[in-house]
Amino acid sequence: MPEIVMREAIKMGLNEALENDPNVLILGEDIGAYGGAYAVTDGFLEKFGAERIKDTPISEATFIGTGIGAASAGLRPIIELMSISFSLVGFDQIVNMAANLRYMSGGQIDVPMVIRAPTGAGVQLAATHSQSFETWLAEVPGLYCVCPSNPKDALGLLRTSIKTNNPVIFAEPALLYGIKGEVPEEYYEIPLGSASVSKEGEDITLLSYGAGMGVINEASKILSERNISAELIDLRSLNPIDYKTIGKSIKKTNHLLALDTSRKNGGIMGEVVSNIQEDFNDWLDGPIIRVGAKDVPWPYNKNLERAVYPSAENIVTTILKKLIKV
Amino acid sequence: MATLKQEKNNKNIKLSKVDDEKKEMLELYKQMFLIRQFELACGENYSKGNIRGFLHLYIGQEATGVGSISCLNDEDYIVTHYRDHGHALARGLDVNRSMAELFGKSSGLSKGKGGSMHLFDSGKKFMGGHAIVGGQFPLATGLALACQYKKTGGLVVCFFGDGSTNQGTYHEALNLASVWKLPILFILENNKYGMGSSIDRVRAGGEDFYTGANTYDIPAAQVDGMDVLAVKEATKIAVDKVRQNGEPFYLECKTFRFVGHSLADGQKYRNTDEIKEWEKKDPLIKFPEWILSAGIANKIDLEKIQEEVNHKVEEAVNFAETSLEPKISELYDDIYKLD
Repeated sequence: MPEIVMREAIKMGLNEALENDPNVLILGEDIGAYGGAYAVTDGFLEKFGAERIKDTPISEATFIGTGIGAASAGLRPIIELMSISFSLVGFDQIVNMAANLRYMSGGQIDVPMVIRAPTGAGVQLAATHSQSFETWLAEVPGLYCVCPSNPKDALGLLRTSIKTNNPVIFAEPALLYGIKGEVPEEYYEIPLGSASVSKEGEDITLLSYGAGMGVINEASKILSERNISAELIDLRSLNPIDYKTIGKSIKKTNHLLALDTSRKNGGIMGEVVSNIQEDFNDWLDGPIIRVGAKDVPWPYNKNLERAVYPSAENIVTTILKKLIKV
Repeated sequence: MATLKQEKNNKNIKLSKVDDEKKEMLELYKQMFLIRQFELACGENYSKGNIRGFLHLYIGQEATGVGSISCLNDEDYIVTHYRDHGHALARGLDVNRSMAELFGKSSGLSKGKGGSMHLFDSGKKFMGGHAIVGGQFPLATGLALACQYKKTGGLVVCFFGDGSTNQGTYHEALNLASVWKLPILFILENNKYGMGSSIDRVRAGGEDFYTGANTYDIPAAQVDGMDVLAVKEATKIAVDKVRQNGEPFYLECKTFRFVGHSLADGQKYRNTDEIKEWEKKDPLIKFPEWILSAGIANKIDLEKIQEEVNHKVEEAVNFAETSLEPKISELYDDIYKLD
């Protein structure tokens, strides 16, 4: 299997969709002539033309809504936001239009559209550009919401996101565009709403998604030095949530730590662990532990930002303190 | 009032053209009368508790919706605001199912899940009924992009009120439509009030809006929105321009609602003199007067139409009343399309 970076994997998925379906087009700020803020669509304008690679004015509400209108008339637009923080400017369109249209029309209108958006902190972009609003959008019925943590999942999830006849929030951890991973050569898809066990273990389940996977992976290495075997689960899909896979792991390890790299307050893991608590309490041998970013606006300064961002050490310390009680 | 060309040549073709025009005039009247009676029935059923939520009536503005929509083809899309009953009926949406939707019944257009502000019929390319002021603009640009991209020859009519012109999406959509040369006809229904806020109090730039379209390089015109023939004529010109040039057009219709913003409105913000002044232009009085004076039809013809419409509205109320409530088990239907 060839190794590629996440940016390439996403680009592959987009390229494939553009090649296979003339109804697919991409809308966003500086995705054409500039090549995309994170260079995901670089070269597309030359290859597919200005009719399909559409540079938009800086009008998030309107180009998101334009995607919705185009989707409701049978096209399959893919929207690129420069940052998921910019979704705030188009929130009405995403929530009231994309998500609600189908329901409030009694099922008459489909919105087959993907909104791709870089998400998360860690690159010193301060309060307005470092947020993780997939956690807000995951609450909205009518939307699917996914967030890959590696190139293979990115390509597999993007394929299903483009294929579904429903609107999808496709959050791309900004920190991960350059990370490498193996991607199968043969065609595959990853169903929406499926979590994955990214590493098997015995003693505790560590659950996260997106950029958080790197953090729990590092934590599991530290834990293994102390002979604690962690099972790692990648949520991948924030709506719907795959409780089956999480539950199965808990039945095995009897312990759960859930990590958000977004602010802990209001993070998706609050929802996840509350449902796990209700349904799998009998299999839990200790309190569910939640770790997340500190509940402050994201600061610019490198050391301050690091202090807000949850770390592997932080996770290990919390586990040792709360569960193992050393 | 615009005059009907009465060509009294002997040639049969010309005679049949006059007949067609007469029929068209009576159809315009019928639609306006239908909307008026439908809205009155809505008000009545709101008082009875059969209709709940917010109810915004189109009474007074009938000429704008009917005149403009009469110029559209089947492949053209319509998006509108929450005062949407008039547009829905003018587009030919089923009267029974429209009323049933307001009653929240399962036989309603949206199976009782949308209500008054969210009427849809995708088969008729009637894409809502949108209740966030200004939210419909981006939807319109998107539908127009699809028309352009697929080369359907269709266009989009986007209805909006004066209140929505202070939203960002209004300016964004005008800009985008112009830059991308999208086939949209923006139709402003300027009824002078955004809910209870008079344009005098909330708008910089005076009473006329159409001049502002120049900023976005969009050709624009203004028309008396109380005059159904004037609206029709202006829309015809506008629609032709949009189709021929593949570019947006902006049409401002000066109109007025004779009733409150919604049924919860005591209208403290405006005086009755103003309402009375506008009521003199009531299209449901002026237009039939003109029909009679122009010899297009006689009183009995009009009474026949009224009777037919009244019966239709009665039937719609009856249909809505006797329709079933949606089942609780349908609660989770239509959130996602099953792939």
